Amino acid sequence: MQEMLPYLINGISVGGQYALIAIGYTLVYGILRLINFAHGDVFMVAGLIMVYTSTSMPIYLSLPVVIAATVALGFLIERFAYKPLRTAPRMSLMISAIGVSYLIQNLAFYITGGVPQPVTNMIPWISENVTVLGASTKRVTLVTPVLTIVLVIVLVLLIKKTKIGMAMRAAARDFETAQLMGIKINSVISATFVIGSFLAAIGAMLYFTNYPSVAIGSGGMPGLKAFVAAVFGGIGSIPGAVVGAFLIGLCEEVIKGLGYTTFSDAFTFALLIIVLCVKPTGLFGEKVTDKV
Amino acid sequence: MKSLKKRENIITAAIVLALLALAMALDILLPGYHIAIKVLKKGAVYALVAVSMNLLNGFTGLFSLGQAGFMLLGAYSYAVLCIPVAKRAGVYQYFDGGLVQFSLPEVLGKLPGMLAALLIGGLIAALLAFLIGLPVLRLKSDYLAIATLGFAEILRAFFQWNALGPITNGSNLLKSYPEIGGALAYILLAGIFIAMIILLVNSTYGRAFIAIRDDEVAAEAMGINLAKHKRMAFIISSFFAGVGGGMLAMYMGAVSALSFKSTMTYEILLIVVIGGIGSISGSVLTSFLYVASLEWLLRGLDSGTFLGINAPGLFKNGFRMAVVSVIIMVVVLFFRKGIMGDKELPDLFKKKPSRKMKKEVAAK
Repeated sequence: MQEMLPYLINGISVGGQYALIAIGYTLVYGILRLINFAHGDVFMVAGLIMVYTSTSMPIYLSLPVVIAATVALGFLIERFAYKPLRTAPRMSLMISAIGVSYLIQNLAFYITGGVPQPVTNMIPWISENVTVLGASTKRVTLVTPVLTIVLVIVLVLLIKKTKIGMAMRAAARDFETAQLMGIKINSVISATFVIGSFLAAIGAMLYFTNYPSVAIGSGGMPGLKAFVAAVFGGIGSIPGAVVGAFLIGLCEEVIKGLGYTTFSDAFTFALLIIVLCVKPTGLFGEKVTDKV
Repeated sequence: MKSLKKRENIITAAIVLALLALAMALDILLPGYHIAIKVLKKGAVYALVAVSMNLLNGFTGLFSLGQAGFMLLGAYSYAVLCIPVAKRAGVYQYFDGGLVQFSLPEVLGKLPGMLAALLIGGLIAALLAFLIGLPVLRLKSDYLAIATLGFAEILRAFFQWNALGPITNGSNLLKSYPEIGGALAYILLAGIFIAMIILLVNSTYGRAFIAIRDDEVAAEAMGINLAKHKRMAFIISSFFAGVGGGMLAMYMGAVSALSFKSTMTYEILLIVVIGGIGSISGSVLTSFLYVASLEWLLRGLDSGTFLGINAPGLFKNGFRMAVVSVIIMVVVLFFRKGIMGDKELPDLFKKKPSRKMKKEVAAK
C-alpha cells in the first residue's frame, strides 16, 4: 500500500487535469455533436505559450496572457474552421477538426523549430516539493484536484443559473428549436469554445508543471484520454466527464504502479472500446434515439 | 452510347500506359537514390493506402481512423518475414536473434517470397479487422472513428512491448530486409491492388457499399445485409492497408512502431479528402501530388530558398508543413468536393451532351 500511495495521489492529480480538458470536449460535443480533435492541440499550445511567457514576463502577467491567448485561439478555431460548416454533413466537420489539429501541430513545429521547449519553474509556488503521508510530491499534485472541483462547481452553477447557461442547455437539447426560440446560436457556441479553452489553459498550466518540456505531440495523448473520459462519463454531461477523468487518471497511475507502463495508454483505449460496446451512453449520458 | 464509353476508356488507358512508360524511363535514366524515384515509390504506397481508406470512408461511409494500425501490422509482418536469416542475429541483438528463424524470400525465392510476405501482412491485418469489427462496427460515425483510432494506438503500444521482443524486436528498429525494386515495381504492385479495389467497387458488392453510404435504412430495406457488408468493407480495406503498410516498410528500409502514429492516419485521410471522397483516381492523383510537393517541390520552403526567393528567416525548418496544412484547410473549408469530387478519370473525357441531344431528351 505504501508503495502505491504516490501513484494514487498522482492519479487523482492527473485525473483532475484530464477533467479540465474533458469538459471542453463534452461541452462542444453536447452542442455541435463534434469531436473537437483540435482541443488537445489547444491544450498543447497553452503549454507552449506558458513556456514562452513565463521566461519573459512576471508571473502575474504571464498567467492572464496564457489564458487570454488560449481562449482567443479556441474562439478563432470555431469561427474559421467550424462555423462555415454549420450546415455541412457531420463528417466534413470532423475532417475540418482533424485538419485544424494537423495545422496547429505543424505551425507549432515551425515556431518552435521542432525542439521540445523546456519547462523551467513556470509557477514557482505550485512546483515546490511537499511530503504527503510519507510520499514526496510537487504541490501541484495537491492543488489540482481542489482547483478542478472548484472550477467544476462554478461551471455547473454557470450552466444551471445564468442566461447563457440556459441557452447552452437549450442548444444542446435541440439545436434548431433553440434557434427558433431566439437564442443566438453562434454566440452560444462561441461561449462553449471560450469556456472549454479557458479550462484547457488552466489544465495545461497544472499538467506541464510536472513535465520537463512541452513538445509538439504533448497535447495528443492527454487530449485523446480526456476525450475517452468524456465518453466514459457520458458525453455531453459535465459531472460524467469529471468522474470519468478521475477514474481514468487513477487507473492509469495504478497500472503504472503495478509495472505495466507500456499498457497505461492502451488501457484507456481498451476501456473506451468496452464502454462504447457495452453502454455507449456512458455513465451519466442521456439516451438518444435516432429517428429516420 | 457504347462508342462514347469506349472513347473515354481508351484515353484513360493511354494516359495510364504513358505514365507507366515514363516511370520505366525514369527508372532506367536516374539512379535509385534520385528524389523523383523516391517520390514515385512513396506516392505509389500512399496511393494504395489512400484508396483503401477511400473504400471504407468514401464508398461505404464508415468513418474509420484505424488505418495506421493496419499498416503497422502489414509493415511488421513484411519486415519480420523477410529479414535474411544471416542478419537476424544483428537485428535482434537484444533478443538472441529472435524467434522467427526463416526468411520467406530465401525459402520461396526472392520475388515470390516478398509477395507472399506482403500478402500475409494483408491477411493478418484482415484477420484482426474481422476481430475488431465484431464489436466496433456496431458503432456509428464519430464513435467508430474514436474506437478505431484507439485500437490503432493500442496496437502501437503492444508492438513496442518488450515481452513480444523476440518477434517485434520491442521498441528497436527492424531493418536489413530486401526491397522489391525500382519505381516501376512499386507502381505496378500498387496498381494491381488498386485495380482490384476498382473491380470491387464496380461489382454488386461495391454498389451495396455505396447504397449503405447513401442511406443505411433504405439499403437495408432493399435487402442489403448491413452487418455483413460493413464487415466486408472493413476487412477488405484493412487487407489493402496491411499490404500498403508492407510496401511502406519496403520503402522506408527500417520499421519502428513509433512512426505509425495517428498523424499518419490523419495524413492519409486528408489526402482522401483533397482527392475527393469517393473518387479512386482522385486519391491516387493526390497521393502523388502530396508526396511530390512534400518531399521534393516544396523542399525549398524548409531550406531557405524557394522559387528564387531567399529568406532563411522565414523559410526555415517546418515551414513546408505549415504551408501544406494551410492549403489543406482551405480545401477542407472551401472546396469540400476536393480535386475530383466523386468523379473518376474516365468521366473527365466524356463528351458533354450537345445542345441538340439535350433538346431531344427534353422533347421525349
